[in-house]
Parts: sequence; structure tokens; C-alpha cells
Amino acid sequence: MAIKSDKAVRISQKHLLGIQDLSISDVNYILSEANQFIKLNRSKNKKLDTLRGKTQINLFFEPSTRTQSSFELAGKRLGADVMSMNIVNSAIKKGETLIDTAMTLNAMHPDLIVIRHPDSGACNLLSQKVNCALINAGDGRREHPTQALLDALTIIEKKGKVQGLRIAICGDILHSRVARSNIYLLNMLGAEVNLVAPTNLMPKDVERFGVNKFYDMKKGLKDCDIVMMLRLQNERMNSSFLSSNREYYEYYGLTPDKLNSAKNDALIMHPGPMNRGIEIDTNLADDINKSVIREQVELGVAVRMACLKIFCE
Amino acid sequence: MKKKYFLNANILDPHNSLDEFGGLIINELGKIEAVGKKVNKNNIPSREKYIDLKEKHIFPGLVDMRVFVGEPGYEYKENFRTLSNAALSGGVTSVVTMPNTNPIIDNVSIVDFLKRRGRDKSKINIFPTASLTKNLEGTNMTEFGLLQKKGIIGFTDGLKTIQNTRLMSRIMNSAQDLDSLIIQHAEDYELSKDGMVNDGIISTKLGLQGIPDVAEKIIIERDLALLEEYRCRYHISQISSAKSVLTIKEKKQSLKFSCGVSINNLSLNENDIGDFRTFLKLSPPLRTEEDRLALVDGLNEKAINVIVSDHKPEDEEQKRLTFAGAATGSSGIETLLSLSLELFHNGSIKLNTIIEALTSNPAKILKINKGNLNIGNDADFCIVDINKPWIVKKENLLSKSKNTSIENKKLQGKVTNTFVNGEELYKI
Repeated sequence: MAIKSDKAVRISQKHLLGIQDLSISDVNYILSEANQFIKLNRSKNKKLDTLRGKTQINLFFEPSTRTQSSFELAGKRLGADVMSMNIVNSAIKKGETLIDTAMTLNAMHPDLIVIRHPDSGACNLLSQKVNCALINAGDGRREHPTQALLDALTIIEKKGKVQGLRIAICGDILHSRVARSNIYLLNMLGAEVNLVAPTNLMPKDVERFGVNKFYDMKKGLKDCDIVMMLRLQNERMNSSFLSSNREYYEYYGLTPDKLNSAKNDALIMHPGPMNRGIEIDTNLADDINKSVIREQVELGVAVRMACLKIFCE
Repeated sequence: MKKKYFLNANILDPHNSLDEFGGLIINELGKIEAVGKKVNKNNIPSREKYIDLKEKHIFPGLVDMRVFVGEPGYEYKENFRTLSNAALSGGVTSVVTMPNTNPIIDNVSIVDFLKRRGRDKSKINIFPTASLTKNLEGTNMTEFGLLQKKGIIGFTDGLKTIQNTRLMSRIMNSAQDLDSLIIQHAEDYELSKDGMVNDGIISTKLGLQGIPDVAEKIIIERDLALLEEYRCRYHISQISSAKSVLTIKEKKQSLKFSCGVSINNLSLNENDIGDFRTFLKLSPPLRTEEDRLALVDGLNEKAINVIVSDHKPEDEEQKRLTFAGAATGSSGIETLLSLSLELFHNGSIKLNTIIEALTSNPAKILKINKGNLNIGNDADFCIVDINKPWIVKKENLLSKSKNTSIENKKLQGKVTNTFVNGEELYKI
């Protein structure tokens, strides 16, 4: 393992709102902690009492399966009392503001709030109003820090390091919080980042983050060590971002042919859920020699355990 | 009313090309009796008491062409009384109010109410606009002729833009017949859909939907193409980008129209939004520093004629939300002049150009006898210490809503006294 375990045993931030706020030593601290949980998660007895007596509230304003269950499992394995709230059909729909919801929950003295919200910056707003630590599980298009951290951990598991790797992020970058968090984190860890997307799905001025932009997938994948695919949401077709699924697949779907431009030992990643046959060839997605999509989910729990533990302190 | 004598002031009245050291006399009727260098200690009656202004400035009362007042319908955000107090503390003595109220100012009966409320509750001059289209729906024109007869100064959908080109051409035709002033907020809705900030590095970083600058330019170009066919009094409410400035510069060589800019776009840029500061969610959005500099240049080159406060009071409930959920706009009538003076102090714009854009230019566009120090005219003016430092504090604002875009900003230059009809209605 090439994760440097820095002597910094404290995190610089009170909340985990985004990768943008973290320092390199924060990141190394989280990754080294997460690394220790991987083995635990693979053993028979997975329960710890690190967070015994602590209360963790998962506040999800957007439907989520894997992230929410991953956070729930992470909290439970550390011994916290975990409560999950799906606000998609609750008081906030009846007109309560985000701040009021936060104040209500804050009055119950939680130690951690994990929040996902469809509006960018929702967690920043909430962080000004609560006393406990806040962990961003995705806000609008802005950030999804634990996803980027688990991606980095997966890369380190498989490649031994991030430094010096060439990594392509492909697909709907414009609407993707996963892409933004990964751009910041992979850049910080010393990777060369290529973005591959049609212009309609490429955010404006994104090259100013120090990434390379490509509209031709084969060029963007050239000599890459990692190919990270993003989910394409169906509604993009209706608003003329793209003409059709089949054209998208033709130009931006990951196929064996396009993957040939990348290095022979290139790995395929995807934050899920996948659209097979739209952004990724179904056989490639299941190829255990190339795809690390299942490892990402596995390490996701470890990363979230590390985040919960560190930010609860 | 007793006669009033003010001496030892720097008098600046761009309308009369007056820029000299002297005094001002108000007669018993509250009108200006004399102004300029000829008014000095030697030629006023020796028994009269005078006020020594000690080199402070006298400007004509400001004319603010874009103000949202909450009456009727949103009195909890701002009423005529609170608006007056806020305006007076900023040296503003005349305001053009937007029709985006509840009910909307789109018919004759509501104008009577508005005029009455304005007269009874307001201490400043209120010049109401009516909407261009009924219920601001962008489909059917309002009665320009009848509304004008009732005292409507111009027509605008305020926060909204006429999207339908055929309708716009008909509006311009009617305006030509009736000599009506058309004020357009330029924004193409398809391009700006769901947009919240400038389309660029900040929208990418914050993950917010961007509004491209071309959304503004495309409406300006369309309207000016129509204006070539249907000549009417046409004013672009407020622009935000370098591209728009360029288009306007070009078109002004062959066409007659006018253009405004919000003091926010002139003084701030998209970086000021920082960590999702909803008070800086504005329409049009704050853009890049290059855009801001182009706007400053546009004012210097007379492509832009007017500076407005774009005063839009919003209560906390509309702003204590996520950026996507928050209302647009900021409260700014009180800081309009002081923030404008920043551009003088930092050498960007000449003082005369700034005061012209705040007084005589808007008056000329509106065809009103305000924003000047003409002899015999209502004595509407302000006394300003242009060097006085102060800090903008929410709690000191007189507007009912405290959504200032420049909280805690250090400013230089403050209105110390404001007069309307010769009466001192504000004193620091």
C-alpha cells in the first residue's frame, strides 16, 4: 500500500462538504483510516464499538440506494445508532425549509448528519446551522466527496498509487458531482486527468481546473491507466443535450474497440448505477479482469466508515 | 417656508454643465432661486443665516430608474414609506417603480391606487411604470395610451422579457404612435432556463446552471433590429456583459436608444458570490471581471447612459434557502451613490459622468424635469461628503429588507442631507 499515513491525526475541517476544502494530509488521513477498515469488512466479525452511543442521521432528499445503504452500513459497523430519513416524501414537501428541518434535527443532538440534496450548496447552507459534523453525500452537481475518496482508494488498491497515472473521466461531466469531486481529488493526488464528453455535456471553462478536454473518446483514452465512466441520465435525451442513446453509445459508449486506445492493463470504473448498452458495453462492465466496479462498492463502505469516524471525533 | 442659503459647496449639475464652487438659494416656495459661484457670502443679505457646507458637494437629487417596491401585495418586503426613507438616505429623490407587484400594474384602475398611495405615504417623487403585457404574460399589450394619461411614465415587464418577436414589433409600433417609453429587461428564456449565475468557471465550480452572456445579447440584437423598422423610445433596462456593450456601441452609431446598468454589475463580479451567497443571486447575473470592466468602459464611452440601483427588497425567507431556491435581487437604493463613488475614487469613471448617469440622463430618457438644479425648479438635491468613510451594515439599513449585496463593504462618500421641494427630509 502506498498510502502515506501522515502524522496529522486531526482533520482540518469540521464538516466534509467537498474535496475542495480538504488538504492533502486530510485526504491521506482519511484514506489510511479507510484502508484499515477494508480487512475488517472482509472478516467474519465486522462490528466495532468506535461510535457506540453516537447518533448518525442520514438525510436524503434524493432517492439513493447504494450511497444511502453504504452510509447506513458504515455507521452500524462502527456501532453508531443510525437513522435514515427519506425526505422525498416528508415535511419538507409540505413547505418546511431546509434550515427548519436542520434546526429540528439539530435539536435531537445528533453527532453526525449525512446529507444528500438535489441543490448544489445545500450542505454548505446546512453546515452554518447545525452543531454536529455534516457529511455531504452529494449536493446537486457540485460535489460527492466520499465517492471520489472511494474511487481513489480503489485505484490505490489496484495500482498501488494515483501519482503519475493517466485517468479518463467520460460522459455527462456537466451534471456530475462525481466528476467534479474526482477532478479535484485526482489532481491533488498527482494524476493526469482527461475529460471526455460531447461539448453539450462539458462544463464551461473546466480546463481551468487543470484537466485536458477531449471530444473524441479514442484520443481521450489514449494510454490511460483508468477509464472512469459516468452515468448518463435519461432526461438528457429529452432536453436536446444529445440526439439519441444509440448515437451516444456509438461515440461515447465504452466498447472494447475504444478501450484499446487505453493501456492494456487499464481498469474500468463506474459510480453506478450503470446503463448497460448506453455508456458501457455490458460484457466490459462484467469483465473481472478489467472492471473494478464491484470493488468500488466494497471499498465505499470502508471509506465511509473512515469519514464517519474521523469527522465524529 | 423660510428661504435657505447654502454656501461654500462644490456644485455639480451635469444638466446645466455646472461644476463650480459656490452656493444655492431655496426660496419660500421650495424652488431653486439661485445656484452657482455667484451665490457667495458677499451677495446674500447679511442678516440672513446661511449654512456653510465646508466644501461638501451638492448634486441634484438622484433619479433611480429601476426600483421594486412591495406595494401593493408585498408590503412586508417594502412599502412606500420605508422605500422613501431608504431612498432619501442615499440621496435619491425620484424613483421609477417596477410593475411586478400583486396585483400587477397593468390597468388603469390600479394606477389610481398606486398614485394615491405614492402621494400619501411617500416623501419622494414616484414615477410608476406599467407592464408591457397584461398580467406580465407576454401575450397581450396593456393600454399604453390610457395608462400614460393616468401618469404612467413608461412600460416594462420588469423582471420579465418579451420573448415573442411579433408582439415586440407591435409594442414598438404602438409606442411610436403614442410616444411611449419601452423598457426591456433583456434575457432569452430558452438560453437562460434554470440559470442562476454566469456561465463560466463559477457555474462549473459551484455546480449551478449557468446563464450565458449571449442570452442577453440575442434579445438586444433582436430588439435593435426591430427598432430600425419601428422607431420608438426604447431603453434597455440593465446590461451585464462585454458582448452587450460592444453591440450597443455599434448600434448607437445609427440608432437612437438608451441603456442602463445596475450598480451591482458595475461594481461586483461573479467571484463575489463566494460560497453560495444568495444575496448576490441577481438578474442579470454578476459576470466576469472582464465584463465588469467593459461595463465601466461602456459608461465612459456613453454607450451606457444610466446607472440604476436595481433595488429589489427580499425578506429573509426568500434568501435563507439554497441558491437554487432563493429569490434574485438585492436591496441597493441606499448604497447606489456611495457605491458609484467608489468608481470615481478608484479612477475608473469621472465624477461628472457618474452624476450624469444618476441624474440628468435618466430624467432626459423619462422626459421629466428632475435630476437638475434649474432655477425655478423644485429644490430636490442632496449634500454629499464624497470622502466620508463608512461601512455598510445590515442593521443600519433603512429599507424594510436587508438583502444588501455589499454587507460589510467599506465605502467612501456619504449623503449627509437630502432635500425634496426645498424641505430637508434626511439628515445624517
